[in-house]
This record gives sequence, C-alpha cells and structure tokens, in this order.
Amino acid sequence: MIQVGDETRLAIGKGFRLQWEPAQNAHVLLYPEGMVKLNGSAGEILRRCDGVRTLVQIVADLETTFNQKGLAPDVQDFVAYAREQGWLEIAA
Amino acid sequence: MTNNLPQPGPPLWLLLELTYRCPLHCVYCYNPIEFARVEDEMTTDDWVRVLRQARELGSVQLGLSGGEPLVRDDLEDITAEAHRLGYYTNLITSGVGLTEKRIACLKDSGLDHIQVSFQDSTREMNDFLSHTKTFDLKLRVAQMVKAHGYPMVLNCVLHRLNIDQIDTLIDMADRLGADYLELANTQYYSWAHVNRDALLPSRAQLEAAERKTQQWRERLEGRMKIFFVVPDYFETRPKRCMNGWGTTFMTVTPDGTALPCHTARMLPGLLFPNVRSTSVSAAWYDSDGFNRFRGTGWMKEPCASCDEREKDFGGCRCQAYLLANDPYAADPVCDKSPQHAVVTAAVEQAQQPRVREHPLVFRDPANSRQRSAEPMTNLR
Repeated sequence: MIQVGDETRLAIGKGFRLQWEPAQNAHVLLYPEGMVKLNGSAGEILRRCDGVRTLVQIVADLETTFNQKGLAPDVQDFVAYAREQGWLEIAA
Repeated sequence: MTNNLPQPGPPLWLLLELTYRCPLHCVYCYNPIEFARVEDEMTTDDWVRVLRQARELGSVQLGLSGGEPLVRDDLEDITAEAHRLGYYTNLITSGVGLTEKRIACLKDSGLDHIQVSFQDSTREMNDFLSHTKTFDLKLRVAQMVKAHGYPMVLNCVLHRLNIDQIDTLIDMADRLGADYLELANTQYYSWAHVNRDALLPSRAQLEAAERKTQQWRERLEGRMKIFFVVPDYFETRPKRCMNGWGTTFMTVTPDGTALPCHTARMLPGLLFPNVRSTSVSAAWYDSDGFNRFRGTGWMKEPCASCDEREKDFGGCRCQAYLLANDPYAADPVCDKSPQHAVVTAAVEQAQQPRVREHPLVFRDPANSRQRSAEPMTNLR
C-alpha cells in the first residue's frame, strides 16, 4: 500500500458513500448491502476527505475546528485503518 | 400484547419485492408458494410513497428485488427516486431483461450496486434448475455490469444437485472478473422447503465444497472474495434471523404487505399491515405483526431461560413454524429444541444416495395455483 504523506489527497473509497443520517445522529458509510455507523471523530475526518484537501490541510482544519493541537498522529492512524477497510483511497 | 419493549430503532434495511413475476422457475425460490394469487401489484406512486416514508424513519439500505425486478418497467423511476432520497440502492436480479439501454439508464438513475444470481455454471444444469435458457444471457449481463463500473457480485444458490460442480462455478466467476462470489446454501423455506429432500446436500458434499472453496480463496486472494454460507440444518445453534425480528429489516411485498422478513407471511395467526392503507411508521412501530416477536418476552422454553436468547433470539420464526408447527417454538436447528430430531432426521436422510421419488416442483404460476387452494394468510 502506498504511504500516505502530508500532501496526499484522500477520497472516500470506490463503492462507499458517506452521509449524515439524522435518524442515527451519526455519519454512516454505506456500501453494498451494508453500513458502518461512524463515531464522531471518524465522521469528522472522513467528511473532510473530499479528494481535494491534503492530509496536512485536513489535520489543520480539524485542529482549528475543535481547538486542539497535535491531532496528526491520531488522524494518520485512523487513515491507515480506513484505507485497510477500503473506506478511503488516494485521490487520483 | 403488553408492550414493555424499548422503542426499536428504524428499519435500516428496506427490501422492496416489486413483483412476484419472474421469467425463471427456480426450485429453491423463497417467494410464497401462493405468489400467483397476488395480481394487484403496487403502482409506481405507491412505491415512491413507501420510499419517502421509510426514508423519513431512517431506512438507508434499499434492496430492489422480486420476483425479477426488471419485469417492472418503472424500475428506473423507482431507483431514481430512491437515489434522490439518499438510499444506497442495491438491485438483486437474475439479469433476465437487463439490456445495455436499461443498465445505462439505471446507472444514470443513481443505482449503486447490482447483484446477479447465477443458478449454476454448466449450461445444462442451469437450464434445468432455472427452467429457462438464460445462461448465455447471464454471461452477457455479467460483462455489462462490469463494463458500467459496478463491482461484479455473483450469487449462486448451492444445493445437492449443483454443489459438486463448485470448482467449475468458481472458475467461471473468476473468468468473468467477479469481485465477490457468494455461495449461499439453500435455505429451506417456501419452494425450497417443498423440494427439500431433493436439495439438501450430504455432509460429504458440503465438506468437499467447503474444502474446494478454501483452496480457491487462497488461489484468488486479492482478486475475488468468496463467501460460503453453510446451510443452517448442519448447525447446532440457530441463526440470528434478520438480526432480530423487527429490529433492522422490513420487506414490502408486491401487494404492499409489510413483513419483518422475506417469508413471515406464511406464519399463521399474524396479521401484517399493508402500506397501501397504513403508513410505514405505523406498520413498523405499532402493528401486532411487527411487535409479536420483538425482544424475548414472547419466548417459550427452552428459549425463555436460555443464556443465549439475546444472541440468536430463538432463531427463525418461519423455521419454527415449518419444522415444529409452532411459530413460538425454538428454531429446531437448535440442539436444545425438543424438535431438533426433525432437523437431524432430514440431514441423516440426505446422507443416503437418493433415488428421486418426487419430481422437483418448479416455481411457476401453475404450480403456485395448484398448491394454494387453502386461503393464504395475510393475502389481501
């Protein structure tokens, strides 16, 4: 698997769709005949993976939005996990 | 019934059986035996209303099935509305009726996913089992699906008469470029129940098939995922049917009957709501049909005091009815069930070489009418 660097642009994986579900009060990832209900931080990371923003921009946005510092390692861990699951892919 | 149940979550999974009409006549079909008596299918407007109401409740995964859903010429309109509403749309089809024009239109309508069923990998067996000459067409369909950018998902129902050809089947799926192959052993409801003695494989057949599947998995790792679903008759604990009655899943039949599972219509003594006259919300939350087997309060022994009752909810109500003649009984697949011997007897019988005493009963309108002389439960 290609390493994700700071300038990598990430997008939701093929066959998956991210959306907000009011009935579940959560972001969910939909895929053929299945669904993953995301916790708050997973939802916040994934909804920023729009194929345009780079990883470093996403981290910066999260740190600003939630008024926190040093989120990069956590985000990188989640991104690695999400790529294994096919939830994220590197944007073309 | 006193209702001390917590409010269930929404019907996350909605399955629309748009029609019972089907060009195939599969001997293991789960559609009701009496399907031919349903002639007044819901209109496009009815389906759209159901889609909107269910989406408001929180339904998010949509199955478009049947019968053969491509028989409906409004499939594209229904798909488009479902997509607009935010459903993840799954078409479950035999592929009969799929043309280049229709698949392009479905793609434009926002269809997310297609699952194609294959009866078998050799033409003769396929034609025999589906009773029509569809195999060549399915090969074309598989190629169309792939060409339109969908993952190639094949489903094949396994049983005594085709399970020995699993190598050929997997090889064919690979040559088609399948991304996923589901090898689902027959579940014995409806037509499959009528034909059970002819369809239930022997233990040796099943073990050989699992072994071969595992070899293919290793060979095709990273290229094709293979799922193998064991028939529950060979288990000692029942399945957690539908993830629990009325917890996750709603089926709407062609005439608008709302059901907690594909086959619940067979259960005696239950009245299921019809979404032509009842809202999806009232059907899901307030109807006796949906509330009857929610939770664990309805259970008899041995389920009522079983420490696994929250795990499998006593198994499948339809199987309890079919095999123990009591929808409240433990699913006889469970070896704690007093009727478990019914299941082991069927399995033991399947170990014998079979001289077919009864011809297979194909799922077609004539056989349906002939076998539905009795009034159908919950038939409008």
